[in-house]
Amino acid sequence: MLSIQNLHVSIEGKPILKGISLEVKPGEIHAIMGPNGSGKSTLAAVLAGRDLFEVTEGKIMYMGKNLMDMAPEERAREGIFLGFQYPVEIPGVSMVNFMKTAVNEQRKYRGEESLSASDFLKFMREKKDLVEFDSQLTNRSVNEGFSGGEKKKNEIFQMAMLNPRLSILDETDSGLDIDALRIVARGVNKLRNKENATIVITHYQRLLDYIIPDYVHVLYDGKIVRSSGKELAMELEEKGYDWIRQEYAGNGK
Amino acid sequence: MNTTTQNQETEKLFRESFTKNRDTIERFSAGLMNGRRQEALEHFMQLGIPGKKTESYKYTDMPGLFNPMLHMNLQPNHVHMDVKEIFQCDVPKLDTHMIFLVNGFLPPNSPPLEELEGKALVGSLAEAARRYPELLEKHYDRYTSLNPEGLVSLNTAFAQDGLFLYIPNGTELERPVQVVNMSVWEDNLMIQQRNLFIVGKNSAASLIICDHTLAPWRFLNNAVTEIFLDKQARFDLSRIQNENNSSQHISHTFARQETASTLTSNTITLHGGLVRNNFYALLNGEHAENNTYGLYLSDRHQHIDNFSFIDHAAPHCTSNQLFKGVLDDQATGAFTGRILVRQDAQKTLAYQSNNNILLTDEARMHSKPQLEIYADDVKCSHGATVGQLDPAALFYLRSRGINYREARLMLMYAFAHDIISHIAVPPFRERIDDLVDKRLRGELSRCNACHINCGKLNY
Amino acid sequence: MEKEQDKLLREVTTGEYKYGFYTDIEMDTIPPGLSEEVIRKISLLKGEPGFMLDFRLKAFRHWQKMKMPRWAHLKIPEIDFDRIVYYAAPRKKEGLSSLDEVDPELLETFNKLGIPLDEQKHLTGVAVDAVMDSVSVKTTFRETLAELGIIFCSFSDAVREHPDLVKKYMGSVVPYSDNFFAALNSAVFSDGSFCYIPKGVRCPMELSTYFRINAANTGQFERTLIVAEEDSYVSYLEGCTAPMRDENQLHAAIVEIVAMKGAEVKYSTVQNWYPGDKQGQGGIYNFVTKRGICRGERSKISWTQVETGSAITWKYPSCILQGDHSVGEFYSVAVTNHFQQADTGTKMIHIGKNTKSTVVSKGISAGRSNNSYRGLVKVLKNAQNARNFSQCDSLLLGDRCGAHTFPYLEVDNQSAIVEHEATTSKIGEDQIFYCNQRGISTEDAIGLIVNGYAREVINKLPMEFAVEAQKLLQISLEGSVG
Repeated sequence: MLSIQNLHVSIEGKPILKGISLEVKPGEIHAIMGPNGSGKSTLAAVLAGRDLFEVTEGKIMYMGKNLMDMAPEERAREGIFLGFQYPVEIPGVSMVNFMKTAVNEQRKYRGEESLSASDFLKFMREKKDLVEFDSQLTNRSVNEGFSGGEKKKNEIFQMAMLNPRLSILDETDSGLDIDALRIVARGVNKLRNKENATIVITHYQRLLDYIIPDYVHVLYDGKIVRSSGKELAMELEEKGYDWIRQEYAGNGK
Repeated sequence: MNTTTQNQETEKLFRESFTKNRDTIERFSAGLMNGRRQEALEHFMQLGIPGKKTESYKYTDMPGLFNPMLHMNLQPNHVHMDVKEIFQCDVPKLDTHMIFLVNGFLPPNSPPLEELEGKALVGSLAEAARRYPELLEKHYDRYTSLNPEGLVSLNTAFAQDGLFLYIPNGTELERPVQVVNMSVWEDNLMIQQRNLFIVGKNSAASLIICDHTLAPWRFLNNAVTEIFLDKQARFDLSRIQNENNSSQHISHTFARQETASTLTSNTITLHGGLVRNNFYALLNGEHAENNTYGLYLSDRHQHIDNFSFIDHAAPHCTSNQLFKGVLDDQATGAFTGRILVRQDAQKTLAYQSNNNILLTDEARMHSKPQLEIYADDVKCSHGATVGQLDPAALFYLRSRGINYREARLMLMYAFAHDIISHIAVPPFRERIDDLVDKRLRGELSRCNACHINCGKLNY
Repeated sequence: MEKEQDKLLREVTTGEYKYGFYTDIEMDTIPPGLSEEVIRKISLLKGEPGFMLDFRLKAFRHWQKMKMPRWAHLKIPEIDFDRIVYYAAPRKKEGLSSLDEVDPELLETFNKLGIPLDEQKHLTGVAVDAVMDSVSVKTTFRETLAELGIIFCSFSDAVREHPDLVKKYMGSVVPYSDNFFAALNSAVFSDGSFCYIPKGVRCPMELSTYFRINAANTGQFERTLIVAEEDSYVSYLEGCTAPMRDENQLHAAIVEIVAMKGAEVKYSTVQNWYPGDKQGQGGIYNFVTKRGICRGERSKISWTQVETGSAITWKYPSCILQGDHSVGEFYSVAVTNHFQQADTGTKMIHIGKNTKSTVVSKGISAGRSNNSYRGLVKVLKNAQNARNFSQCDSLLLGDRCGAHTFPYLEVDNQSAIVEHEATTSKIGEDQIFYCNQRGISTEDAIGLIVNGYAREVINKLPMEFAVEAQKLLQISLEGSVG
């Protein structure tokens, strides 16, 4: 589904990602872990098409297409979903209007009819129930005045609405209390199936108790320094990131 | 020739035109409107047309506009077509009492003054001057002194008619009054309209004003409106400016507010070649409230300049000024907002904000928010921003599959909606919402059923 | 509560100006009046080269065609420029062994002002150029600084010793035709400070100029020029005082700063000219043109000012951000009390790409004073990605004073983000009550709160001066409780 080959990315001339390769197949869950500043969020943003970053080398293929040729909205319609670490507040744009536009753009792209207003509302209610999203929040402007937890739940709700092929959840667990974390994880698990894949980016092992990954990758200084099964997450939790720093800091130079 | 002498030349020509046409001017006007002309003309000769050196006109060139050789329409026109037929403002569910003004006059075939519920009056100001001299004596040309300037005196010297609205004490109008100002001629034309709105004690009314041009010519409007709100009066004024790109519209609105009165005004500028809106409000009684809002959407070479001045002369008053603009292409804009809090106006709350979005490299905006405060127990603030659409918000929308153009429109619309949400008459608000959306999309932003001829820009 | 404050207002009448004394010394003066004659005489007395006289005369001829600016929010009485003494210099006493030796009476004067000119006694790490009336009395640490290639001397010495540098930079930032007072200064200025930091040098000590008006009927017209070459750094301080007199005296100065690529100049002012008495009698008219240009990439100019003195202040320290990535800053606290008037602020002109400016202005008005912030942020057409943030707050103490804010935002480039915020308020009664409840008097409470309010700006001052500025704030506001 997704194939990243030797990806190098820099921002304002400063290299952030220094040669990342990653294969993601349908049905898989990949966890990307690493200390702060290792490039995790950069990777997520590059996959979604944020133009702050410059890809200097390498290739990203998605569903057999070159991802780099696609605008952010095209990627979204092709089924890439980014759960933002810091969801943006957009005053004046109502959640309903926002989601309706997004859903209908996607349907148009697939050659489907637009949903009528009543069908859309019904659809929205279903998804809200599915991911346990507070119904009042959809009456407000996008993320405006939402608490940290509400913003993260809103991301999962949008994921449910858009039914992506590849979800990239960027630190979706940060700032969540344990109850909110469970709700978010439950949502992700419900949306999981054989056709879609998920990349979970996280600093802590905690989320991975609820969303069980098939693979865990450790990102350090712009490179994937280790890949393994879910037991790697446990090891990181136990030993912290220091041993990685010690082991790999020298190699980077 | 330097500009000063050039101006003096212009002013002299206006005097000549006045002397030559005085009989006609007075014949199609009445009472105190004629009584004030000579004095106003002398004032105009002294003050002149404000040049760029005048601080409040720093960003808009007035002397360049006022050419005394422009044709002036000095008598009501017999419009052969039925204006109601060609102009049907198809605002859904908008049940209003509608009045048409053509080139500043009530057409001869419409009733000069109509009585509404509670003995309220609406119609021709000249007719009111004829029938109710005592009302004009009390209110006509009384509030313009808030800011003496040449263009207002020029209007007083030449204005012959305009809208008169009178709401007696203790009357609440149920239906909004809607005025459609139309400019139509077969050549360039200068129009000097004069309006007077009086809202009595404990009374309430809503007024909607639509400014339109029905021909592609250069229409120069120099309009003056005076508003008086007596104790506890409430008045909502919504104005939509939608004129052709050759038109030049200078409007001066003066409001005097007595104790506990509330004035809310909303000016939505959709189209116009050059627009300058002046708002002056004197908060003369305690607990008066003034809300002045403005939205301007401009593109091509349009120039839109808003100037607002709220004078807090009594304690415990509140004022809010919020102006927002989106500037595209080579459009230029200016904003000046002034809050004056006089010495005894304690417990004043005054806020002012001007936010602008520039969409292109060639659009320009000048903003001048000002506070002048002489009382200590007050809360006043102002802010101004000039910037672009938030790139993070734009990306967020796109990452959900919404295309770039649509995402931009959504953000612009959200930005503009802030102002529209303050419009008091709900069906009108919805209509404006729709018009603004269409305007931003570059679709024809006019009521579908009317035949406005938005001309090409003259440049 | 209210009554207590009224009582205090009556009782507290001790807000004295500490520096109001006069030193009786013999002076060389040119009689009052302004003419080409007088200008030639000044130039002759100073033994200047021809280019200086040319510059002065050009400025004078231009000034004669100009009118006093009236656009500020100030009531400026007519100034009779023919009644002002344009040159007054303490007479060199006979019997002093060398040119460098300073009249002990003058040393004593500066000692009294807290500015010892003896290098041993002086505040560590600060070099001073002391100017009295029309001339520089002494510049300390000249030799120490010279070892690093830094030139720090009086303007007169600079004209004599470094005419090429003076010729190259004088008037390059503030041309003589800039405004009425700049033209006047350019015609008659008599001294000031000059500072040149060579490439790559970080000036190890604070440089400072102390201006003292002493003689009666005299105007002070000094000129400061700072040139910071590539990648250099200097922090510069200016202080000033004058005797208490019933007449108004004129101070019209010019400060020019040139910052080359990567250079940083920090210019701090503690302005404490005699503000006039409680009835508004006397005081200095302070009309100053200060401007810096960030010529090179990544250069930075930062203005910090604490304005407590002067009857009238008219001053707008500005930055021309020409180099790409250059930065301009303006931090200001302006206090007005009694009948003082201030119209002050800044101009930030964004010309280069990715230029950034910050404006923080705190106005405090008391008594019957008027205090205005006036600022321009201009983004030129090619100034891509310009950023400005301005925060201008006003605090009103009493109901007879005024606080005004007049920002101008002129944006000609769509990639700019320009933000201005301003608030006006008074000290919260609950804050004062809270302090009272903890045993702090109302007067002290106001001092505390005002200092807290101004902290953001005071913190930008070098340490020794921050303490001084805090005291000054408190003194300026004495007798303002109401």
